[in-house]
Amino acid sequence: MGRSLNINGSDITIEADPQTPLLWVLRDELGLVGTKFGCGIAMCGACTVLVDGEPTRSCSLSVGDVEGKVTTIEGIGTPENMTIIQQVWVEHQVAQCGYCQSGQIMAATALLQENNQPTDEDIDDAMSGNLCRCGTYPRIRAAIHEAATRLQRS
Amino acid sequence: MGKLGTITRRTFLIGSAAIAGGVAFGYYQVTKELENPLKPGKGETTLNPYLLITKEGITIITPRAEMGQGVHTTLAALVAEELDVAWQDIKTMHGPASGTYYNEKVATLPYPEYKENSTKDKLENIMGAVGKIMGIQITGGSTSTRDAFEKMRLAGAAARYAMIEAAADKTGQKASTLKTKDGFVILPDGQKLSYLQLAPEAAKIPPPEAPKLKDPSEWRYLGKDMPRVDMVEKVTGTAEFGIDTKLEGMLFATIRMNPQLGAKMKSFDAKKAKEMPGVKKVVDLGDGIGVIANNTWQAFEAAKKITIEWEEAPYPPDTKAIFSQIEQAFNNEPNSTLRDDGDVNTALVPTKDIIKAQYAVPFLAHATMEPMNAVALLKDDKLTVWAGNQAPVLVRDHAAKVAGLNSEAVTVYTPYMGGGFGRRCEYDFSDLAVKMAMAMPGLPIKTTWSREEDMRHDFYRPGAIAHFEGRMGNDQPIALKADIASPSCFQQFSSRFMGMAPPGPDKILVEGSFDQPYAIEHYQVNGYISDIAVPLGPWRSVGNSYNGFFHECFLDELAASKNIDPVAMRLQLMKNEHEPSYKVLKAVAEMADWDKPLAKNKGRGVAFTYSFNTPVAQIIEISNSEDGLKVDKVWCALDVGTALDPRNIEAQMMSGIIYGLSAAIYGEITFENGQVVEGNFDSYDALRMATAPQIEVKTLQNKPHISGVGEPGTPPSMPALANAIFNLTGNRIRELPLKNAVEFA
Ligand code: FES
Ligand code: FES
Repeated sequence: MGRSLNINGSDITIEADPQTPLLWVLRDELGLVGTKFGCGIAMCGACTVLVDGEPTRSCSLSVGDVEGKVTTIEGIGTPENMTIIQQVWVEHQVAQCGYCQSGQIMAATALLQENNQPTDEDIDDAMSGNLCRCGTYPRIRAAIHEAATRLQRS
Repeated sequence: MGKLGTITRRTFLIGSAAIAGGVAFGYYQVTKELENPLKPGKGETTLNPYLLITKEGITIITPRAEMGQGVHTTLAALVAEELDVAWQDIKTMHGPASGTYYNEKVATLPYPEYKENSTKDKLENIMGAVGKIMGIQITGGSTSTRDAFEKMRLAGAAARYAMIEAAADKTGQKASTLKTKDGFVILPDGQKLSYLQLAPEAAKIPPPEAPKLKDPSEWRYLGKDMPRVDMVEKVTGTAEFGIDTKLEGMLFATIRMNPQLGAKMKSFDAKKAKEMPGVKKVVDLGDGIGVIANNTWQAFEAAKKITIEWEEAPYPPDTKAIFSQIEQAFNNEPNSTLRDDGDVNTALVPTKDIIKAQYAVPFLAHATMEPMNAVALLKDDKLTVWAGNQAPVLVRDHAAKVAGLNSEAVTVYTPYMGGGFGRRCEYDFSDLAVKMAMAMPGLPIKTTWSREEDMRHDFYRPGAIAHFEGRMGNDQPIALKADIASPSCFQQFSSRFMGMAPPGPDKILVEGSFDQPYAIEHYQVNGYISDIAVPLGPWRSVGNSYNGFFHECFLDELAASKNIDPVAMRLQLMKNEHEPSYKVLKAVAEMADWDKPLAKNKGRGVAFTYSFNTPVAQIIEISNSEDGLKVDKVWCALDVGTALDPRNIEAQMMSGIIYGLSAAIYGEITFENGQVVEGNFDSYDALRMATAPQIEVKTLQNKPHISGVGEPGTPPSMPALANAIFNLTGNRIRELPLKNAVEFA
C-alpha cells in the first residue's frame, strides 16, 4: 500500500517498505541524488534534509515515520536560481570534492532560518554534525556569516 | 603488451635500471605522436586531445580525477589562457581512459628533490618516458599541475595558431595581421570569426612545431583566483558523483567481503537473505558475497543476514602483534640508506649527550566522504563502467580482465569523486562492480559499499616505527640518525599497478625523513621493510605522512634539549642548503608573530616538510580550556614556484592541514582477530566545525619549478601539533593519535 509524502512541495506516493530510510527512497526510488549517503548512522550529516524546516538525517529516519514536509537540496535552489546561501557559497568557493556540501547547505539553511545573526558558537553547534573530509570548515563559517549579513539586508 | 611491454615492466625501476630501460624504449617510442583518443561525433571537431569543439561551444578535456582539489579548473585555465577563450564560455570534461593522458611526473626518484642536479633531471626525463610508454594516466603525487603546466598550455597555443591560420585561409588576410579575443579571430577591420565556425577548417591545419607561449606577465587566468568550474553544481546538488549515476533499469547492489583482509571465504548460507523483499540475486565472489536488490538499503540489509564462514587473515591477528613484527624489521639489513652524509657512527659513539627517541604511528583509513562504489553494465560483449577513480586506464584494463574482454571493449566514465586521498588509485571497487554486473548481464548494476565495508576494506596508510638518535652542538644538531621501519606501501601498490614490485630502495618508506633540506654534518636515514600482508596504499602524502611527524618532532626534541628556539635552529640548518625553504619558514614565523611571547594558557609548535617539491612550514597555536586542548590557529607558508590559482592553493592547504590534524588527533585503525575494529565515523572521527582551527596561508614563488599542493599541506600539521602540546604542557607525545595521550575539547 502506498503512502503519501510531500517532497519539495509535491505530494508523492511511496510504495517502499515503511522501514526504508528516507535517504534511500529519495536516492534510489525518486532519483533525488543530491542528498548523499556518507555513514548511515547519523554521524556525518551528508544525508541532511529538512522536515518541516528541521535539519534531519535522512539515513536514520524510516520513511514510515516521516511527519511533515520534506525539503531536499533540489527543493531550495537550482543552478539558474540559487538561494542567497548558495550564491554566497559560490562566491566564497566553499566546495572542494563537494560531496558533503548538500548536507552542509541544508544545515546552514535551517540555522539561518532560525537565527539570522549566528555567533561562531551557534555555527559550531548547528554545523558540527556535518563532517567534511576535505576540511572546508573555515570557508563554510565565513560563508554563513556573510549569508547572515545579506539575509538581514534583504 | 608485446615485447616492449615486458621490458618496460621489468625496467620500470628507479636509478640505474631505469637508464637501462631508457635505452630499451628507443627514440621512436619516446617521441612518437600520441594518438588522439577523442572520437568526435557529427558536428564535433577535435584539434588535439585536450579540445572538443561543437557548434554549441568549447569543451576542454581535463583528464585528471577531480576529487576536490580543483584540478579541472586549473587544467582548463592552462588551455583557456593560451587558446584565448572567455572563461564562462568553456565546459570541462574528464574524457576517456587513455594512455595519451599519461602522467610524466608521477614516478619519483630516490634523491632529495630539493637538490637541483643534472643527473636527476636526466633521470626524470627517462621516468617521464616510462610514463608515456606505459600510458600511466593517474592522478597522484601532487603532480597534475606540474605535469600539465607545459603540455596543456601548448595544446591551447597550438589550437589558437590553427584558428588564426584557418581564418587567414578563409579571408585571404595575412596570419600576422590577425588577432584573437575571447573565442574569436579578429580581422584587421574589426570583423570577428568565431572559433566554433573555424574549428572544422582549423582541425586540418598541421600543428606548429613549437607554439609560442605567452609571457607570464600577459596571463589573465593563470595566477588569478578562478571561479571553479564545478562550484555551482556542487552547491545545488546537481554535480554527479559516481554514486549518483542513474541509468534506465538499474538495480542496486552491495558487497560483503572477508574482513580478514586478503583471505577467502569457506562457505556461506544466503537462504534468509534470498527470501527478503526486493532481493534479486546473491552472488558468490569467492572472498565475499554480493547482493543485488531493488534498492541499496535492501541490499545492505540482506547482506547482513547472510551467514559466512571466513578463512583466516594472512597477517598477525592484532595491533600489538603487528607492531611487534614491524619492530623486528630493525634486526634485518636496511632496505635503503638514502641519506648518508658525514659519518654518523663516529659522531654518535655512545657519550652521554646523545639524545634518543622512539616514535610510532598507526595504520590509517582514507575515509573519503563518498564510500566506494561503481556502476557496471555488461551488454553484448561490451562493458561500461562508471567509477570515480584516479587511474582510469588501470580501471579499464582490470575490468577487461575480470570480464574476459579486450580493453577496447571497455568504456570507463570518470565522474566527480567525493574525495580520493589516494584511495581511488585502486581498482577493487570497479572490479567488484564488474563481477556484480556479470551476474546479471544486460542490466546496469550500481554497487555501493556500506561505510563499514569501506573503512574495513581499505588499502591503509601503514603503521610505522622510528628510532632517532642525535647529538647537539652549541646551537644546532651535528649528528642525526634515523631508522624507520614499516611494511612497504610502495611494493604493494607497485605490484597492483604494474604487476611487479621493483627491487631496490623503497624511497617512499623514508620520504619526509631522508630528503629534507637541512645541512646536518653527520646525517643518516635508513629504511627497514617489514613484511606484513595488511593491504596498503598511498594515503594523502604517503611516506611523508609519518616521516614528517618523526623527523620534525625529533628536531623539536633536539632544540628543546638545549633550550634553543626551534625556528631559529631550523633556519640555520636550511640557510645554505635550500633558500626557498628558508624563506618559507621565515615567512611563517613572521605571520605567527613567533618572536612575541604567548599568553600563559597557550602553546605553539612549528614544523616543516619538503614534500612533492613543495616546501611547507606551519605554526600551530593551541590553548587549554575546561574541556581539554583546543587547536586555535594554524599559520602556513609554502612555495609552489608558480602559483596558478592562489585561492585554490589556500583551499588545498586548509584541506591538507585539516586532514592531517584529523589523523593526528583521532585517526587510528586497529586490528582484533585479524579484522579492522573501526567501522564508521563514531570510532574514526575527524575534525568538525567546532574543533577545526582558523587557518591563514601565504604562498611564495621563489622556487624555480612549479609544484603541486594536494598533499604537501598534510605532513607538517601533525608534528606542529605535537610540538605545540609539548610547548604548552611539557608532555612529549611520541605516538599518534594524540587523543590516546591528552584530552581534546
Ligand atoms: S549518511 Fe546520514 S548522517 Fe551520515
Ligand atoms: S567538500 Fe569534500 S567532504 Fe566536504
